[in-house]
Amino acid sequence: MKVSLFSAPKILPLAAVGLAAMIVAGCERPPPESEQRGYRGVGMVAYVNPRILAAQHRANVPPAVQPPAVPVPIAAGTVYKNLQVLGDVPLTEFTRLMLALTEWVVPKDQWVAGQGCVYCHDLADMAADTKYQKVVSRSMITMTQRANAAWGDHVAPTGVTCYTCHRGNAIPKYVWTTNPGRAASGQGASGQNRLSAVPAFASLPYDPMTTFFDKDTTIAITPATALSPGWNDTINTKKTEWTYALMMYMSRSLGVGCNHCHNSRQFADWSQSQLTRTKAWYAIRMVREINHAFVMPLSDILPATRKGPLGDPMRVGCETCHQGINKPLFGEPMLKDYPVLGQPSPAVVPTPDVVPEPAVVPAAVQTDAEVLNAPGGKVTGEAAVQEGLM
Amino acid sequence: MAEYQNIFTTVQVRAPAYPGVPHTDGQRDRIGKPIFSYWLGKIGDAQIGPIYLGTSGVFALIFGFIAFEIIGLNMAASVDWSPIKFAQEFFWLALEPPAPEYGLHVPPLAKGGWWLMAGFFLTVSILLWWVRTYRRAITLGVGTHMAWAFAAAIWLYLVIGFIRPVMMGSWSEAPPFGIFPHLDWTAAFSIAYGNLYYNPFHMLSIAFLYGSAVLFAMHGGTILAVSRYGGDREIDQITDRGTAAERAQLLWRWTMGFNATMESIHRWAYWFAVLVVITGGIGILLTGTVVDNWYLWGIKHGLVPAYPFEGVPVPDPASLPGAL
Repeated sequence: MKVSLFSAPKILPLAAVGLAAMIVAGCERPPPESEQRGYRGVGMVAYVNPRILAAQHRANVPPAVQPPAVPVPIAAGTVYKNLQVLGDVPLTEFTRLMLALTEWVVPKDQWVAGQGCVYCHDLADMAADTKYQKVVSRSMITMTQRANAAWGDHVAPTGVTCYTCHRGNAIPKYVWTTNPGRAASGQGASGQNRLSAVPAFASLPYDPMTTFFDKDTTIAITPATALSPGWNDTINTKKTEWTYALMMYMSRSLGVGCNHCHNSRQFADWSQSQLTRTKAWYAIRMVREINHAFVMPLSDILPATRKGPLGDPMRVGCETCHQGINKPLFGEPMLKDYPVLGQPSPAVVPTPDVVPEPAVVPAAVQTDAEVLNAPGGKVTGEAAVQEGLM
Repeated sequence: MAEYQNIFTTVQVRAPAYPGVPHTDGQRDRIGKPIFSYWLGKIGDAQIGPIYLGTSGVFALIFGFIAFEIIGLNMAASVDWSPIKFAQEFFWLALEPPAPEYGLHVPPLAKGGWWLMAGFFLTVSILLWWVRTYRRAITLGVGTHMAWAFAAAIWLYLVIGFIRPVMMGSWSEAPPFGIFPHLDWTAAFSIAYGNLYYNPFHMLSIAFLYGSAVLFAMHGGTILAVSRYGGDREIDQITDRGTAAERAQLLWRWTMGFNATMESIHRWAYWFAVLVVITGGIGILLTGTVVDNWYLWGIKHGLVPAYPFEGVPVPDPASLPGAL
């Protein structure tokens, strides 16, 4: 005697179709194409979906180049006041750069009567540093010059401009702040095991940036000897989870797999790694310097809307420039059209004359930065180098 | 007329509920009137019950429940007791072991103390269940093969979660309790110690694991295929070899060149399965304690194939002059 709740012939096919639909919904629509990146048959392959690639190409087109400036022998600093960074630039080139910068950084809805100047400038006194945006811009121009002049190991020959990150937004779309975790109870304060896009939806630590970009935390984890010198000298499984999370963040930021840089049979081995790994090595040091020397010192003048829940400024990571592409803007060389941004800059520090907001001290963030911030928040790239932060 | 010899069960043979053989111990502890489940009958015997728990079984369940609650409540606390977040993020949530700085000390509850406690209760629960498995076998007058196979699995469990962390001097080397977190831990563990695929005991474990699956399918297929000749009476055929056994063994010789006997096939299967966790446990035990980097160990012992490097060789930038 059979006893059944459902009629098997009907319910089973329905369940099968439902399950299949759920599985397929998690997949990327074909066609995938593969590109060999190493010796045949060892899985050194990059997967590319031409349909997605085409969409990325459409979404990563640089804006039209500003018309070239008529060369004049007049330095901008002789005409305008308070030019701390761009004083030596020819007057016309300076104006051209301001126009480009406005187009790159100021959102169109902030423009007034066809002009975006007011986003940073006080129209009554263009030279005044009354708006924090202007002080930030100065620091960011210095930062861009520093990146192009000193970090060629990462950005050459393409170089970076404001547009590489900003893409028409006042705040680049992909910035990060320290994630304090979400449990008020203090339980599960391991910094991992939450649903997060940062480690590409793994349960790995969800804020590797604070650990590896704010601090000079060692990334390498794999022991360099075959045999263990002692039983308990390599306590590193948990540490590996942090490095792993950083790598997942980088992988997702660049839209590449592990073997874009590594040979996954031995991630640590440089002799089997791609040249891209060297680029990434310099990139991590560059990001550390950029945040320490150019972003963190702005903490006092940035409003709360430009900060994270702990009061730390929005900072730069791999995704800020790359935005899912292994070469930002598919390697479009924008810097060559704005050579001013590639000049080594005088060491200029932000000198705000606006009243700083009551600063929330992000204790969890400013560990190394606090040391540098001590003398009135005056930090330069060179100082960061001397302090051994890169 | 329904056909019994098929690839899957099409016919349920249904007999009146049977309480089980009489035996000497715990007779009256068998509780519950047997019921029949049509759906379970699709894959096995449709009869459920009577149930025997016994002292070790009851305590195993209690300890297991405590461990389950500690893990679940810690997961819930990590999402501030939000039922929605708990459901959304369930696969990501975990109870983590203590951080490395605690070594083998007992940390505060929220920093790994709960993990230690959950691990203790779970281990006691599992060990009590092993006692139950062993004692039930004795009571029924059967061999203790199942208990020893279970003990092999417990060996791997203890190596991963207890013995190796103690040898390494840190609870932090043990895995978390959680669905994705323990998988991520596994991947991280492999990378941390230079790629576990070059660990020969890991290789053996995988070979036995996949081998068990293949062997199980081959054995099941063979017996089903000869059940029309009485091959389903395997135990009879061990000592009284009939045409079913002869046909099955000839098929193996023709297709695979070598055959088990009706008896030895079960020893093959038992040892294939049991060796998965025995070799696996040895492999884990050696990792970080004796061998730090399995890839380099593999190079040393000629295990790692060399192939041409295609690309521009790069030095470690940290080794270059000027690098910090």
